[in-house]
Amino acid sequence: MVTHTSDLSYSLSYSHTVDWSPYLAGAGIGVLSWIVFAVVDQPIGITTALSQLSAGAAIPFLGSDAVSANSYWAGNPFVLDYGVIFLAGTLLGAFASALLSRRFHIETIPSVWRERFGPSVAKRLSAAFLGGILTMFGARLAGGCTSGHGISGGLQLALSSWVFLAVMFPVGIATAHLTFQRQA
Amino acid sequence: MFIIMVGLTFAAFGLLFGFAFGWLLHRGKVTDYNVIIDQFLLRDFTVLKVMLTAIIVGGVGVLALHQSGWANYHIKDANLLAVGLGASIFGVGMVIYGYCPGTGLAAIGTGSIHALVGAFGMITGGILYALSFDWMQAHVLAVWRFGKVRLPDLTGIPDLVWFIGLTAIATAFFVFIERHTVPPHLRRSPR
Repeated sequence: MVTHTSDLSYSLSYSHTVDWSPYLAGAGIGVLSWIVFAVVDQPIGITTALSQLSAGAAIPFLGSDAVSANSYWAGNPFVLDYGVIFLAGTLLGAFASALLSRRFHIETIPSVWRERFGPSVAKRLSAAFLGGILTMFGARLAGGCTSGHGISGGLQLALSSWVFLAVMFPVGIATAHLTFQRQA
Repeated sequence: MFIIMVGLTFAAFGLLFGFAFGWLLHRGKVTDYNVIIDQFLLRDFTVLKVMLTAIIVGGVGVLALHQSGWANYHIKDANLLAVGLGASIFGVGMVIYGYCPGTGLAAIGTGSIHALVGAFGMITGGILYALSFDWMQAHVLAVWRFGKVRLPDLTGIPDLVWFIGLTAIATAFFVFIERHTVPPHLRRSPR
């Protein structure tokens, strides 16, 4: 239940406290990294735990034996460990922040997508699903995502992670310009 | 098969640290699809601001922790064909999805239905990767393999010099960006 205030000055000052500077949010993630490295002795990451969940999701389709026999899932088994709980925490933290800042809203088609590709829900959801497949496949092949490689690996000055960043950003920029900019 | 492997303490840490991460991603605006696409269209540099600040602040602290024996490094393998190919597929996928894995999960919490659908895509992608893993291991993962290398070891340039250099470049870049661009998300009405 969201109530909107009509008092402009209130909403402006309120929005000021909600809109953190990106530098402040980034510094916060940096400090969080110190704590996570020191306390649980592992970097912040997402897709290792996601591949453990994919092992669980595959069991109904491939059978428990086939999943256990898979050489990749042998190293990333379907277990409820720290990393998987971290994923739940990430979702909940964003949910709490959105709720408390009154920014929670059901979104199916974001405005930048709508401006380029129109109001079709099926189109957006198909793209999200396909993009999700590629994102995860790429992350697992590279050994990490924007969190595990980009931030955690980047801050450790790992060669692999800086190669990841140096390839991922230009490819993403090229893809965005090819797909989002209308031909003149 | 679903075994509780961790003690209650570790579970609590997972929830707490994940919660803080998701909170920071949302406050930093990177759970917003538009902000991420606008980064790749070079109209909004919020994503780079968040990431580079996290790398520099996090890196200096973790370096200090490492040197005083409070933290270990966890370096990923530099099997550069796999990293290069994977990063390319990731770059294309991230633009089509509109999120990376972390911001996608966080965006589900903010009410994004398409982020949720994409998360099912990520689970599917994880299954496809596991099924192709043996082939990848035989043909891709062993190519250009340099091991768990860090840039300071590779170049002989000390850690601190890397961070001073990074800070200088990031500061100059962001001063320029702040002077010359207004991120579109600040012009859009907040939702």
